[in-house]
Amino acid sequence: MKKKLTTVAFNGTAEQLAQLDELIAKHKGEKGALMPVLQGAQGIYGYLPIEVQKHIALSMDVPLSEVYGVASFYSQFILNPKGEYAVAVCLGTACYVKGAGLLMDKLESLLGIKNGEISSDRKFSLDATRCIGACGLAPVLTVNEEVYGRLTPDMIKGILEKYN
Amino acid sequence: MENMVNIKINNREYSVPANSTVLEAARYAGIDIPTLCYLKDINEIGACRLCLVEVKGARGLCAACVYPVNEGMEVLTNTPAIRKARKTNLELVLSAHKKKCLTCIRSTSCELQKLCLEYGVDEDHFTGNNNEYPLDASTASVIRDNEKCILCRRCVAACKNMQKIGVIGANDRGFDTHIASAFEVKLGETSCIGCGQCIVACPVGAIYEKDETAKVFDAISDPTKHVAICAAPSIRATIGECFGYEPGTDVEGKMVAAMKALGFDGVYDMNLTADLTIMEEATEFLARFKEGKNLPLITSCSPGWVKYCEHYFPEFTDNLSSCKSPQQMFGALYKTYYAQKVGLDPKDIVFVSAIPCTAKKFEVKRNFQNAAGVPDVDVAITTRELARMIQQAGIDFKSLNDEKFDEPFDIGSGAGAIFGATGGVMEAALRTAAAVLESKDLVEVSEVRGTEGIKRATYTLGGKEIKVAVASGTANAKELLNSVKNGEKIDFIEIMACPGGCVNGGGQPTQPAVVRNNVDLKALRASVLYTADKNLDVRKSHENSAVKKLYDEFFGEPASHKAHEILHTKYVKRGL
Amino acid sequence: MIKNLNDLAKIREAYEGKIAFRQHSKNENVSDGNIKKHVLICGGTGCTSSKSVQIKAEMEKAIKEAGIENEVQVVLTGCFGLCALGPIVIVYPEGTFYSRIEIKDAETIVKEHLVGGNPVKSLLYSETVKGDEILSLNETAFYKKQKRVALRNCGVVDPECINEYIGTQGYMALGKVLTEMTPDQVINEILESGIRGRGGGGFPTGRKWAFAAAQPKGQKYVVCNADEGDPGAFMDRSILEGDPHALIEAMAIAGYAIGANQGFVYVRAEYPIAVNRLQKAIDDAREAGLLGKDIFGTGFEFDLQIRLGAGAFVCGEETALLTSIEGNRGEPRPRPPFPAVKGLWGKPTIINNVETYANIPQIINKGAKWFTSMGTEKSKGTKVFALGGKITNTGLVEIPMGTTLREVVEEIGGGIPNGKKFKAAQTGGPSGGCIPASKFDVEIDYDNLIAQGSMMGSGGLIVMDEDTCMVDLAKFFLEFTVDESCGKCAPCRIGTVRLLEILEKITSGNGEMEDLDKLEELANYIKSASLCGLGQTAPNPVLSTLANFRDEYIAHIVDKKCPAGVCKNLMSYKIDQEKCIGCGMCLRQCPADAIYKTDYVAPGHKLPSLAIDASKCVKCGACMTGCKKINAIYKD
Repeated sequence: MKKKLTTVAFNGTAEQLAQLDELIAKHKGEKGALMPVLQGAQGIYGYLPIEVQKHIALSMDVPLSEVYGVASFYSQFILNPKGEYAVAVCLGTACYVKGAGLLMDKLESLLGIKNGEISSDRKFSLDATRCIGACGLAPVLTVNEEVYGRLTPDMIKGILEKYN
Repeated sequence: MENMVNIKINNREYSVPANSTVLEAARYAGIDIPTLCYLKDINEIGACRLCLVEVKGARGLCAACVYPVNEGMEVLTNTPAIRKARKTNLELVLSAHKKKCLTCIRSTSCELQKLCLEYGVDEDHFTGNNNEYPLDASTASVIRDNEKCILCRRCVAACKNMQKIGVIGANDRGFDTHIASAFEVKLGETSCIGCGQCIVACPVGAIYEKDETAKVFDAISDPTKHVAICAAPSIRATIGECFGYEPGTDVEGKMVAAMKALGFDGVYDMNLTADLTIMEEATEFLARFKEGKNLPLITSCSPGWVKYCEHYFPEFTDNLSSCKSPQQMFGALYKTYYAQKVGLDPKDIVFVSAIPCTAKKFEVKRNFQNAAGVPDVDVAITTRELARMIQQAGIDFKSLNDEKFDEPFDIGSGAGAIFGATGGVMEAALRTAAAVLESKDLVEVSEVRGTEGIKRATYTLGGKEIKVAVASGTANAKELLNSVKNGEKIDFIEIMACPGGCVNGGGQPTQPAVVRNNVDLKALRASVLYTADKNLDVRKSHENSAVKKLYDEFFGEPASHKAHEILHTKYVKRGL
Repeated sequence: MIKNLNDLAKIREAYEGKIAFRQHSKNENVSDGNIKKHVLICGGTGCTSSKSVQIKAEMEKAIKEAGIENEVQVVLTGCFGLCALGPIVIVYPEGTFYSRIEIKDAETIVKEHLVGGNPVKSLLYSETVKGDEILSLNETAFYKKQKRVALRNCGVVDPECINEYIGTQGYMALGKVLTEMTPDQVINEILESGIRGRGGGGFPTGRKWAFAAAQPKGQKYVVCNADEGDPGAFMDRSILEGDPHALIEAMAIAGYAIGANQGFVYVRAEYPIAVNRLQKAIDDAREAGLLGKDIFGTGFEFDLQIRLGAGAFVCGEETALLTSIEGNRGEPRPRPPFPAVKGLWGKPTIINNVETYANIPQIINKGAKWFTSMGTEKSKGTKVFALGGKITNTGLVEIPMGTTLREVVEEIGGGIPNGKKFKAAQTGGPSGGCIPASKFDVEIDYDNLIAQGSMMGSGGLIVMDEDTCMVDLAKFFLEFTVDESCGKCAPCRIGTVRLLEILEKITSGNGEMEDLDKLEELANYIKSASLCGLGQTAPNPVLSTLANFRDEYIAHIVDKKCPAGVCKNLMSYKIDQEKCIGCGMCLRQCPADAIYKTDYVAPGHKLPSLAIDASKCVKCGACMTGCKKINAIYKD
């Protein structure tokens, strides 16, 4: 699978940077430290944006392309953060014929983000998923683990309000 | 005495060096096993699986390029199973390759195409979906077309392992694996120095230079333009390879004839401005050495190196010689001195350089390179592009009679000639410095010759000890500069971005892996330059009569105010 | 601090009674001082996710309230193996087996069983209740036929207590090799045991060690492959969670044997419980002096570090694992040179998986002869399998090599649910193949499985019944390998994708008979030409289903039918007009408005039957779920 890159602006804090520097310092001189450092950095930031990878590359004297090569190889490294509430619209055939596309349009306009993006406050992210096997409830969407079924676009607002 | 082992290849017995691979052993036996990914020393990854052979007792087929020989080993390189495996391999590769072969820049020089012909593959045997990738033409020098990429990773090996730069690498995994920069940014937004080593490493047409031949043809056919071309020192040693000559053949006369046949208004020798560079740079060095300021002085002829310095060692930009490169000096000289002399408006001149280098395409666009108010050089074309122009113009290169460069820029010294090889600039400078400082006749400075990555030497000139060093390839430059950072004292350093210098530049003719792995191209091509030097009467830059005339008529003396305005430049600290 | 064998013996003597309390035959008398009962609660990943940790807390609360906290020891153990019945609680000394316990049950068990002395029959695993008699854990069919060697301490000891491990003769083997044996003798013992790698290929472990030991002295490494990635296999996780000290002890023994002082355990990051327990175990062992400098006062030095994987199946391949530890993309390297010669950072390295290591201390303690007494001629000892798929007892089982597939499925596994028929078993995960019903009596060992076109792999065993489409199964595994291919070598990177595309063509009803030849040609090529084990085995699911179920492929291609009714493009949903009562349950479920009312009223029914408009149907199956009661909808 191709790794999805983020469109959300980086908003790392000074504290996070200090933590990252501490992490890198802890692994200084250790062989094969790139993976543990990336894992630690993801723990600090929640994902591995270019700003963080660049900092790691410069601090560890590794080409950025190598850092990114590693980050994009392993499925656990995340380049595009999920929101606190990950909204996923099922675009499987059953849901699609029942108007899941309209749900997606509505979500995009209400959240002000596109499919695959995350809101600037990182509260919501929006994705399309393949069939989740709840065809009898079509069209469905999920917010984290919660499933909402038999939806119409006018119900979206109410669902989002629950998380605001 | 080398350690040998006895092995059987295709049921015949051979004694081969114990440390060889099956691939190397097979060559002793006169068998070329096909490869795609393998590049000796820099890409020994066994990934393309084309060189598979049968090894008795081994599980499955074995990759000859990385399989070590051992006593009593029995290898089969040409069984029906192997031929079938290679064919299937090529068919799979083709199923994921953009097959625009008829119009591909590497058509007929493509290693994949050659193998496909040899193995009689069916290009549509396997079909399927492929990923789409945008063409990256963001740099001044290089174009990358991932849809043609076969993921042999030779370019990555050149960039990362050989040059220790690593602005490209493998991203993602599985079928989505592709070569790109971090976060998929375009190459033009990275710290790529444009050296073009990735281009000459690529077996197919996935990486190539930005072709500017059309611009040159257009200028030649524009009656309002005066179009001149100058040939860099090293291209006469290599362009013959594009026309079927063996590597290491000097074709200066035919090259000049071909340039004239193309219709240039002037065809000149860049060896002249190489000499001019020495005059300016030697003067600069002596001044800095006297003051002890901004030492070591580091040469600035190689634009790939200059950009490398600006990105990766910005703390050394003050150490760079302020001299323009010979290419830029030529354009500047042409559009000032020569334009005034013959009464041309610099705006009407199109100055073309023919160079072994893709980084020069970036250099012509740099700031502080416009002595006459217009860019010093308008178009920089590589050896390959020049050859392509000659082919397109229907010029039968081999049957041309030798011709000579045009006056007044037709004279170069032996010192200028060797600029194209690593150590050449240093040697040229030392010849002049020795003469100026103590009237000593110094030629053939063997300490700085040869293709090793880093060379060091110490000379006593004018009663003072001068430490010099030469590095070629940015990996060696990195090592040397780090050593200087750690306190090593050196007074004068020559650095060229490409390993071996310009003879091995990223704009030089491509050679397939089988040649690169088995022939020392760097040394072979450099030998042309050293032979030319040897055969010249004038072997020192300051003795070049054309150079003397330039100072007499125009610049006054080296490092004069005028020389500074026209022949010197400035750098920027780019960082990463 | 354990400075010598005497120190170790003291701890062992203090704790072995505790262990015997949980491991005794039925009529043997055991005691643990003042403690009358041990309550063992499974703390494996499966039971933890069904709240076993909270159950333990609740249990302890109730015990305290009942005032019997000095008489009862509550232990959170590793996995018992019968994950389908979790959360599991066992009460010793009687071995009473509580299954599917909920938080609210904790109090009941404390009151009625621990205080009142009467096991709570309604909460017991039904198979253990035979009228008035209550069977112990070890008397159940699931456990009876097992032979637990690698898993011997899982579900027995507290994995976070080093002393309990020592009570099971733990670290005795390490003491023995350091004080009584030369490295050569250790390697000989392992060689003689005949143990082969439990992670995949089945290479003799002793030979691996001997190669590494033969390399010139200097930096060498011992690596444990705990990057268990086969879908459904989790024996390594269970050992890490249930008996981490066994791994530590074994790696130290290996270090002594080959002359290495540093080890790495490469664990999947998806195993947080395992990682935490292993880390605690390493810390405890270090503190006890069983890792670090001068172990048992012999001057031998050995230490361990954990490295986490980051989600790449290919890192289970040994050379890819090494490049990953080195901090790179987990891409395999060509062999030779083998890791035993040139491994981690170019140094001689041995790599074994968790289950292999878990056998080592016992081979040293009990001798190679004991080990060779189990198993078949060329496959000694036991093997752990993760039973999954269409089988009653989903979970981990450890059996002597040579046990038949039928015994595993029908006896230990409790057979196939819902009266369905056994069709095939897939072993070796995406690298393996399927064993059809006609080979149900095959004796499971390395060579027999290979002869069947499958392999042992790490021990996944997925049972399939007649509802499984074998073409779809091959496609499923291939999708997995395509996702997990590293992309380095051309045969695997491109070949597996083209293979998958042909399978998709067949399952979507567009297959042609030539595609079968192409499948075979390509599969055989990928097998012989790929760089690493992943590619070399990726085509196995295709080749073995083609060999055993070719008729199913042909049905897809020629008849355009999926006999198992799985491939959506080759099946349709229909309503049995005679059965349909016209209730409309299906109609309400249908997302595509594909169900309409007919004019036909079946005899005895009041409402007209419904029917499905095939042109609108999206084949989601929602109608069938809606019609569960009447069962009038079927696949065709």
